[in-house]
Amino acid sequence: MTASLRLVDVSKTFVLHNQDGAVLRVLDRLSLEVEGGECVALVGPSGAGKSTVLRIACGNYAPDWGRVLVAAGGRATDIACAPPRAVLALRRQAIGHVSQFLRVIPRVPAIEVVAEAARLAGSSPDDAHARAGEMLDILRIPRRLWSLSPTTFSGGEQQRVNIARTMVVPFPILLLDEPTASLDAENRAVVVDLIRDACRRGAAVLGIFHDADVRAAVATREVACATLSRAA
Amino acid sequence: MTTATAPAGYNFAYLDEGTKRMIRRAILKAIAIPGYQVPFGSREMPLAYGWGTGGMQVTAAVIGASDRLKVIDQGADDTTNAVSIRRFFARTAGVATTERTAEATIIQTRHRIPERPLREGQVLVYQVPMPEPLRFIEPRESETRKMHALVEYGAMHVRLYEDIAAHGRITTAYGYPVLVNGRYVMSPSPIPKFDNPKMDMMPALQLFGAGREKRIYAVPPYTPVRSLDFDDHPFAIERSDQPCALCGSTDTYLDEVVVDDQGGRVFVCSDSDHCGERQEAGRAAPARA
Amino acid sequence: MTEAPLLRVRGLSHAYGSRIACSAVDVEVWPGEVLAIVGESGSGKSTLLNCISGRMRPGAGEVVYRAKDGREVDLWQASDAQRRLLARTELGMVHQNPRDGLRLGVSAGGNVGERLMAVGARNYGAIRATAAEWLARVEIDVGRIDDLPRTFSGGMQQRLQIARVLVSRPRLVFLDEPTGGLDVSVQARLLDLLRSLSRDLGLAAIIVTHDLAVARLLAHRICVMRGGEVVEDGLTDRVLDDPRHPYTQLLVSSVLPP
Repeated sequence: MTASLRLVDVSKTFVLHNQDGAVLRVLDRLSLEVEGGECVALVGPSGAGKSTVLRIACGNYAPDWGRVLVAAGGRATDIACAPPRAVLALRRQAIGHVSQFLRVIPRVPAIEVVAEAARLAGSSPDDAHARAGEMLDILRIPRRLWSLSPTTFSGGEQQRVNIARTMVVPFPILLLDEPTASLDAENRAVVVDLIRDACRRGAAVLGIFHDADVRAAVATREVACATLSRAA
Repeated sequence: MTTATAPAGYNFAYLDEGTKRMIRRAILKAIAIPGYQVPFGSREMPLAYGWGTGGMQVTAAVIGASDRLKVIDQGADDTTNAVSIRRFFARTAGVATTERTAEATIIQTRHRIPERPLREGQVLVYQVPMPEPLRFIEPRESETRKMHALVEYGAMHVRLYEDIAAHGRITTAYGYPVLVNGRYVMSPSPIPKFDNPKMDMMPALQLFGAGREKRIYAVPPYTPVRSLDFDDHPFAIERSDQPCALCGSTDTYLDEVVVDDQGGRVFVCSDSDHCGERQEAGRAAPARA
Repeated sequence: MTEAPLLRVRGLSHAYGSRIACSAVDVEVWPGEVLAIVGESGSGKSTLLNCISGRMRPGAGEVVYRAKDGREVDLWQASDAQRRLLARTELGMVHQNPRDGLRLGVSAGGNVGERLMAVGARNYGAIRATAAEWLARVEIDVGRIDDLPRTFSGGMQQRLQIARVLVSRPRLVFLDEPTGGLDVSVQARLLDLLRSLSRDLGLAAIIVTHDLAVARLLAHRICVMRGGEVVEDGLTDRVLDDPRHPYTQLLVSSVLPP
């Protein structure tokens, strides 16, 4: 399976109609390629559009122009113009996205949050539950927390549940936005291992890593944001 | 079609010919669509609503000079109502009347079917207070008409379900709903469910008249009539464990009669003609223990 | 994706006298997909729902439903009988006020069993068992199967309504402000139930709501209506996180964070 993510001439401008039509031009003809096995780190100052790139890559933001080509499982889809159900299908099985904020439903226990992702990808409920437990173990979430909702967890614990939810499915494309932001050294190391494992199995990883050590440990290539707005 | 015996000023059987024609058309339509309620222009009759005006209009529309009329009320020929209605037709139509089921050509009844099996050529006219079997579960006329038209009878079974859920069995004792000719659900009028089986494939013509509600419906001779039930709670009638105190019958519908101030009671046949017939035939009551 | 949509609405328009409620609305729903139609009062969303669920004939446009047997049924060209039969079997409507969708004088079990009896179920024991199963699924104590809905709380009545509709395993369910009028904690429980049911049963649903949080939680796709028109539609998180239309931006920014 050759996974890849290609952004071609992607432009994104926000028009804030309710704030006097303020215009924020964030991306201008960005082109970027990530192949399976690579981990590309986006670097650059805040506000340069790094998170926007990740959100466009999973269909959360829509570009004004350009193509967002996801190749996985032998099929290629342009997310920028695919119908919503195609994008949803890709998110269930092909594209994993770790965002900076964990958005959870307050009444769902941590293990369910993780197991649900596995079920949506096609696992049986029992398998999903088992895999979820494995992943929470790897990320060192104590068992006594598994039946609790992550809303009561610390920032670091929430982040690890977030990561577990994404890593429980062997996604061919991974989009990681500051995955180690609230983690201590030990947990950072665990996450680094998970990312490297993903690359080894052929996933195409695109991420933002502020921590220089983490970046050095996982990234196979760096792309600077200032240079994004040009043909790569 | 007036006869010399009708009182001056009244048409034969009280109703004018135009009205009778209208009612007959409704009856024909009802016979053509067994169990379907046909609206008709119910007329004011010389008695209040709720006392049989519908039945009387049907009888008035079909009765002819050579007919012999029997009128029963809860099985008895001698209650006030039965007597009044019988006298009404005797005076306005001059027809012969009788108390014998076997001799009648038209039988108007409230709340019972005669015990003696009826034969071809006889007409049984039922008095109906509430013709719509779905009314208790669906108050809107517009809805019940659609339900009948589109065969949406789930609600009917809901009622039976509720009975079983509440009492362990279907407790509906009177006016037990039936399915006529496999198509329309009908109220058989408030006859005891004991009588329901008699309606099935009856050789006589059964007509139903509801005066206040302005509906006529019919079951032509030899029409299948099935009481609604569930597979695991099939329709069944209850037989009394007592015989009739007068004629000893064990397979008729009995009335309970209080006979003295101490609360003593006996059970006697509700169908007075049938009971009388049996007594005449010499079947004496069993010696009371 | 070559699968055909479950419901296809084209050019749907409806006016009340001279007041336009819906104007040339196009909507599609695929099997297993939850669509939220959001808008403020007067946006036309309730009118739209009534027209596409078969409850009110639209002034213009077509509503085509793809039945279980693969046939395409134009809801408003079909006969009354066909429409009503579909409404009782393959489609379902959950009313905002559960009292509009329940028989208040009939027990919980009778309410849930009615759809089964309507299509010919004639075994009391089996009907009761199925009703009990569904009561459990919507988290109503099975011991209340013989109780009247009037004795239930608002949230329980709403869940009973949902069980009553789902017992016939409809493929498409219409929900009109399903959490309207309920206490917040009760809403939350109901939303969780809807979420898991739609996921477990692969149900397609169209939910009309003014509450963006409900849309975000339950819907795969969202349609934003204003003045009878769809001003924006797409993936729920895309529309709510990256709203393009000025009205959508206004709506999203108007929601107070808790």
